[in-house]
Amino acid sequence: MTTPSADPMYEDLAGRIESARFGDSKGQVIVRVPSADLIGFVDAAKEVGFAMFIDLCAVDYLHRDPRFEVVINLLSIDPPARVRILVEVPAGESVPSITGVFPGADFYEREAFDLFGVEFEGHPDLTRILLPDDWEGHPLRKDVPVGSVPVQFKGTHRVS
Amino acid sequence: MSKPPDIITGDTEAPAFAEAAKQGSVKPASERRVTHDLWLSGTEGPTDTGRFTDEGAQEMLLDEDPEVLAGQRGTLVVDDYGEDAVSDEVTQIINMGPQHPATHGVLRLHLELEGETIKRVKPIIGYLHTGMERTAEALTYMQGPTNVTRMDYLSPFHNELAFSLAVERLLDVEIPPRAQTIRILMTELNRVASHLLWAATTGFDLGALSMMIYGWREREAVLGFFEKTTGLRMNHNYIRPGGVAADLPDGWEEDVVAIEETVLAGLADYEGLLMGNPIFIERTQGVGVLNPAECFAFGVTGPMARASGIDFDVRKAFPYSGIENFDFDIPVAQHGDVYDRFIVRFEEIRQSLRIVRQAAEAMPLGDTRTEDRKVTPPPRARIDQSMEALIHHFKIFTEGFKVPAGEVYQAVESPRGELGMYLVSDGGAKPWRLHVRGPSFAHVQALPAMLTDSLIADTIAALASADPVMGDVDR
Repeated sequence: MTTPSADPMYEDLAGRIESARFGDSKGQVIVRVPSADLIGFVDAAKEVGFAMFIDLCAVDYLHRDPRFEVVINLLSIDPPARVRILVEVPAGESVPSITGVFPGADFYEREAFDLFGVEFEGHPDLTRILLPDDWEGHPLRKDVPVGSVPVQFKGTHRVS
Repeated sequence: MSKPPDIITGDTEAPAFAEAAKQGSVKPASERRVTHDLWLSGTEGPTDTGRFTDEGAQEMLLDEDPEVLAGQRGTLVVDDYGEDAVSDEVTQIINMGPQHPATHGVLRLHLELEGETIKRVKPIIGYLHTGMERTAEALTYMQGPTNVTRMDYLSPFHNELAFSLAVERLLDVEIPPRAQTIRILMTELNRVASHLLWAATTGFDLGALSMMIYGWREREAVLGFFEKTTGLRMNHNYIRPGGVAADLPDGWEEDVVAIEETVLAGLADYEGLLMGNPIFIERTQGVGVLNPAECFAFGVTGPMARASGIDFDVRKAFPYSGIENFDFDIPVAQHGDVYDRFIVRFEEIRQSLRIVRQAAEAMPLGDTRTEDRKVTPPPRARIDQSMEALIHHFKIFTEGFKVPAGEVYQAVESPRGELGMYLVSDGGAKPWRLHVRGPSFAHVQALPAMLTDSLIADTIAALASADPVMGDVDR
């Protein structure tokens, strides 16, 4: 989804943070950013024009070495352009929270924490959002088998 | 000779009670009251309540002290609201939902009030969470649309379209022009149906009860066409990777023209009913305001953002399925309040009908599925002639087709805003990860920005104008 008019934005952005590696995935712009530079990169992207927060999610690549990946989508309205930020997160480590730059990341980071157990450092209230507070485990991790979670509310009257 | 049954109660024993009362075998009112009290307290079983329980309750009321009686009747009001109870520090937390009718699903809001002013709002979600993103990892790409169509259940076609476009981008297959135009036709009709339902329920929440009936009435015309085309009124599984499931039914052109006429006539009614109505204006103008900066921060898109003056539509910015060939406008309003969201959505219905008309006039002929045999099963007739075709058919429906490894984000403009699907494939026949970016999720998150420092009575209007679909929020 690259448009020629947006090229200067990407170039500007690439010049600001040196550790960011730009790439292309099926015609869409992706950037791999080390977790230490994430806040700086997101800040720069907002200044350059990617001002709308769209999405944040986590992916569990079970057999890869940094096991988790946090994916952030930002959008520029004029000219229309998107940038997708990929941050690798080793199991057991945390990522800096971007809620300071985009308050809208709040719920998305809670969701990623809830479903994958990825921790976001500096999040104001990192609690479960979709699952009950007393839930154990993180069900979208690949090492949680489908069907392993006991189903609630299945008590029915037995006919004997 | 037996007595005829009492015509009011149907009780043949009723006259016996009058007899018993005359003979003095019915207990006086005071004793009956005692019996009644004991029965209520639960310390003893009723000794002789019999059929007199209800009469006892009546007596109890009449025997009371006049002051208590006046209190019960509401004629005496004791003002015990002391000065101590009023304080600036005291706030009250009330809980709205999850079963509140105006939440249109199972959304719960913690409202912290100071008097009638909302100081803090905390949306609590997850009541409809069923792990559909995980379910998607267990279904093949061909089965995928059956899952995603159930997420945002008011715009099923948009879910299917976003999923199919994401898969097709990874597969790199060509979709025939007829299938693309059918996709546009169905998604735009779906936008009309969704906005009609929104107008109906939001009008209802604001007290315009006729709007409820009108909106559902016109939506019915659209759903009838969906049923004729896909077999179902919702959860269609019609748009699939590689094309659409079936061609349009015979006589679809007349149906589309009829829908357009019905909805346009209805729309004029709604605008006459609502937009100039002083009560409606009072309840919507300046209510639930979002400014553009808040929209950017919270990822508010779609009609909500356009009502706040942000000229952004995925259909114009990142066109899909050939929507760039159609002529339509993007309505933008400036105030960002509930009233402007009505203006924007009503105009969007008109613009969607414009697209529908153009799609119907310029519907190309040809296939409705891609020619790529990796994705599309062989035609039924070939299966009778060729063993290979039969094997191929069997393999596609048991194992599914494989999608090259990669990751892709595909967005479409759903009636609520930007609906995105982030799809990761590991090269197998099932997605490695499917994340759905639902517009409602972002809009529920923006509720505190809309509601803080407004009156509690405006909660309903602001919430309804955001049009959250809880299936989309919780997934």
